[in-house]
Amino acid sequence: MSRQRLILGVALALLALGPLVLPEFYITLLNYIGLYALVALGLVLLTGVGGLTSFGQAAFVGLGAYATAALTTATALPAWLAPLANPWGGLLAGLLLTALVALLLGLLTLRLSGHYLPLGTIAWGISLYFLFGNLEFLGGHTGISGIPPLRFGGFELRDGRHFYYLIWVVLLAAVWLTSNLLDSRAGRAIRALKGGALMAEAMGIDTGRAKMVIFLIAALFACLSGWLYAHLQRFVNPTPFGLHIGIEYLFMAVIGGAAHVWGALLGAAVITVLKQWLQDLLPQLFGATGNFEVIGFGLLMIFMLHRAREGLWPWLTRWFPASARRPASAEFAAEPLPARAVPPAGTPLLEVKDAVKQFGGLVANDRMSLGVASGEILALIGPNGAGKSTLFNLITGVDPPTSGEVRFLGERVDGRSSRAIARMGMSRTFQHVRLLPGMSVLENVALGAHLRGRHGVPAAMLHLERAEEGRLLAEAARQCARVGLGEHLHDAAGSLPLGKQRIVEIARALAADPCLLLLDEPAAGLRFLEKRSLAELLRQLRAGGMGILLVEHDMEFVMDLADRVVVMEFGKKIAAGLPREVQSDPAVIEAYLGGVD
Amino acid sequence: MDLQIALLLGQDGVVNGAIYALLALALVLVFAVTRVIFIPQGEFVAYGALTLVSLQAGHAPGTLWLMLVLGAAVAAIDGPAAWRQGRRRLAGLLGRQLLYPFVIAALVLGAAPRDWPVLLQVALALVIVVPLGPQLYRLIYQPVAEASVLVLLIVSVALHLALVGLGLLFFGAEGSRTPAFSEASFEVGGLTVSGQSLWVIGASALLIVALYVFFEKSLYGKALRATAINRAGARLMGISTTLAGKLTFLLAAAIGALSGILIAPITTIYYDTGFLVGLKGFVGAIVGGLASYPVAAAGALLVGLLESFSSFWASAFKEVIVFTLIIPVLVWRSLTTRYVEEEE
Repeated sequence: MSRQRLILGVALALLALGPLVLPEFYITLLNYIGLYALVALGLVLLTGVGGLTSFGQAAFVGLGAYATAALTTATALPAWLAPLANPWGGLLAGLLLTALVALLLGLLTLRLSGHYLPLGTIAWGISLYFLFGNLEFLGGHTGISGIPPLRFGGFELRDGRHFYYLIWVVLLAAVWLTSNLLDSRAGRAIRALKGGALMAEAMGIDTGRAKMVIFLIAALFACLSGWLYAHLQRFVNPTPFGLHIGIEYLFMAVIGGAAHVWGALLGAAVITVLKQWLQDLLPQLFGATGNFEVIGFGLLMIFMLHRAREGLWPWLTRWFPASARRPASAEFAAEPLPARAVPPAGTPLLEVKDAVKQFGGLVANDRMSLGVASGEILALIGPNGAGKSTLFNLITGVDPPTSGEVRFLGERVDGRSSRAIARMGMSRTFQHVRLLPGMSVLENVALGAHLRGRHGVPAAMLHLERAEEGRLLAEAARQCARVGLGEHLHDAAGSLPLGKQRIVEIARALAADPCLLLLDEPAAGLRFLEKRSLAELLRQLRAGGMGILLVEHDMEFVMDLADRVVVMEFGKKIAAGLPREVQSDPAVIEAYLGGVD
Repeated sequence: MDLQIALLLGQDGVVNGAIYALLALALVLVFAVTRVIFIPQGEFVAYGALTLVSLQAGHAPGTLWLMLVLGAAVAAIDGPAAWRQGRRRLAGLLGRQLLYPFVIAALVLGAAPRDWPVLLQVALALVIVVPLGPQLYRLIYQPVAEASVLVLLIVSVALHLALVGLGLLFFGAEGSRTPAFSEASFEVGGLTVSGQSLWVIGASALLIVALYVFFEKSLYGKALRATAINRAGARLMGISTTLAGKLTFLLAAAIGALSGILIAPITTIYYDTGFLVGLKGFVGAIVGGLASYPVAAAGALLVGLLESFSSFWASAFKEVIVFTLIIPVLVWRSLTTRYVEEEE
C-alpha cells in the first residue's frame, strides 16, 4: 500500500508542477489527455466493469459542449432561461439534459441483450451527431464560436495553463469517486453484472437499475468533459462528437485496460500522444493530408485484441506489484448485522402445488408438489434431465410456472421476480458455479449480503457508508469462517478448485441470512472429508431452524442427511418419503437402474 | 407531393433499397457463419467503386498494393504449416497469395485496362477487391475466431477504422462517379426509369437468386449453412470452420464490391461513403434479426424507401430518421428473442 501511495504522490506532485515548467505544447496535450480520460473513465465503469459496450459516448460529450455553448452565446433567450445564460448555468443545463437523454436512451437500449446494445449505441451515436450538424440554432456544421471563458469570481480562465488545473482536479475527483464506488456494496452490485443477471438477481441486485446507474454516470462524465472542452476551446462544431470519436473513446478504455480506473488515463494518454505523433508523421510519409492516424489506431486495437485483451494497465502494474492488502481479522470486528427472526421448527416455509412448466411441447415439470418446513432438509433427487433444475427455477422466480402455485412463507410467489423472493429470505446456489472469478472470496460472499445493506451509489462514491460496509464485510468473513474458507478470504474466487468454489457459493447464500436455503448439487467435486464437513454444516443449519432444499446425486450423502426425499423422473414426482422408504421403492429403483422389459 | 414525385422517390428508394438488401444479405451471412458483425462491409462498397474509378482513370488502384501486401503476409504466416503439409498445399498457398496478386498487378500495369470495355473493367475491379475479404479474414478474424461476439464486434470496428484510413490514402478525399453502364431510359406511365436503375435492380435480383441456389443446391453452400446452425456440429462433420469463414468473407467482399460498382454511376462515392451505406444495410439486417434472409431484404427495401421519402420532407434529418428507426427495431428484436445466458 505504502509504495502505491508513494508512486501516486510523486505522480501528483509532477502533475501539479507541470504547468510551471512545461512548454505550451505539452500543456495543451495534457489538457486533452485529461478531457479524454474523463470520458474513458466513464467507459471503464460502463464497459470494463459493467460489461456494457458503448460506441456512442462522444454524443454525450457533444450534449455537454453544445448545451453550454448554446446558452452562453444566445442573444434572445426566453426569460425563464436567462438565469442559465452563463457557464455555470450551461453546466447545470448540460448535466440535466444529458441525464434526461441518457435516461431515455438507457430505457430503450439497456434492455437490449448481447451485441444488440453496442449496435444500438452506434445508431444513436450517429443520430445525435447528425442532429448537432443540422439544427439551425446550434450553428449547423459551422458550429458556435465566441463561447465565453470560465470565470471564478473575478478570475478568468483564458490560459491553457490555468485550465490545466481545473481539468486535472475534475479528472482526479472523478477517479476518486469511481474507485470509491467500485470498492463498496453498490460497486459490487455493478461488478456482479458481468457474472450474468441470473446470479445477480438471485442475490437481490436490481440489475436493470445497476446498468442504468453506470450508464448515467458514464454519460455525465462525458457531459462534464464536453463542458470543459467548450470553455477551453471557446468554439464547438459537430466534428469531435461523431461516431469515430466515440469509437476512439472506447479504444482508449480498452487499450489502457478497461477494468481499471487508471487504465482510462493510461489509454487516453497513449491514444492522444500516438494521435499527435501519427498526425505529424503520416502525412509526411504519405505526402498527403488527412486522418491517416486511424489506420494506426485500428491496427493497434486489433493487435491488442489478439494479444493483450486486458489492456496495458495490468501489464504496467506487473512491474510495480502492489503489496497485497490483507486486512487483519481485527478489521472484521464490526458490530454484526441484524439477523432475521427464525421461524419455529416445523413452520411450513415452501409449498409447491401442482406446478407445471412447459417449454413448447416439452413438459419439464408435470404437476410437481412438495413442501419444506423450517428445521428440515428435503432432498430432491432424480436422474439427469428429470426437471430438478427447472423446478429450482420455478421456486426461485427465474421462470414463472405455466400453471400451479408456489408459496413461500404463506405468500404466493409464482410470478414474482427472483429479487423479490430473495428479499423474503430464500437464497440459493447454482449447479454451474456462478462466482466472479476475478473478485476475492470475501467480496463474492459479501455479494450475498447485498440486501442487508441500504446505502446507495452517492454515499458509496463519497465513502460515507464505511460503517455499514465494515459490517457487511465482517458478516461475509464470518460466513467464510463458518464454511471453512477462513484462509482463502483474499484469494481470487476463480483460483480455488471447483469443489471449494461450490462452498463459496454456499457461504454467499448464507450471507443473505435466509430462512430457506436451496442447494443445487453442493457436494459435486468435494473430497470425502470436505463432504463430511459440509454435511456437518448443513446439520448445524437445520438445528438452527433453517429449511434446506437439496438437489444432489451423491446418494450416500443424501440418505445420511435428508429428513425426507422426493424423487423425480421425466418432470413427475415418482416417489416421496423417508430416505429408507424411497430407497426400497420399486419405481425409484427402476428409474435409476432401468426396468426389466 | 403529387404522384409524379412519389413515384420518383419510390424508384429512388427501391434502387437504394436493392443495394441495402444485398448488403443486408451479406451481413446476415457473415454473422450467421462466423458470428462477426461485419462493420467493414461498407468499405468494400467504397473500395469496389473507387477501384473501378482508378482503373478507368488509368491509375493503379491502392487496393492492388493492399492485395499484394496482405497476400505476402498470409503466405508468410501460413507458409511454414503448408510446407509441412506437403508440396501441393504450399503450391496452392503461394499460387493464391503471391502468384495471383502478381499476375493481376502485371495485368493492371501492363495491359492498359483504361481502354477496356466497361464490363471487363468491372471484372478486373472485382478480382482485385474480392480477395481482400478472405485475406482479411485470415489475418484479422481467424486468430480470434472463438472469441465472444462482442470482441469480434470491436475487432470489426477497429478494422473498419483502419480500412477507412487506407481508403483515404488510396483514393484521396475527393468523391467520384463512374459513367453509367447504360445511357438508356424508359418512359413508363409518365415516369422516367433510367437504365442504370434497372441494372441495379436486375443485378441485385440476380445475385439474390444466385445466392439462393448456392445455399440450397451446392455442397459448399450447405456446408456454410451447417456452420451457421451449429459450429461445433459442423466441425464434427468434417467441415472446416476456417474454410467456411474465408468463403463467407469472399462472398461478402464480392457482394460489397459489386454493390459499390452498381451505385457508383448514381451516387458520388467518397472513401468513407461505404460506412453509412453499409450501416443502412445493417438496419435492414437487424430487422431480420441477423438471421432471416427474406426479412432482412424486406427491411433493407423499407430503409431505402424511408430514406428517399424522408429526404423529400426533411432532407437534413434523413440520417437522423433512418438511424433512429433502428432503436425501436432493436428493442423489438431484443424482446422477442429469448436470450439464453451464456454458460461460462
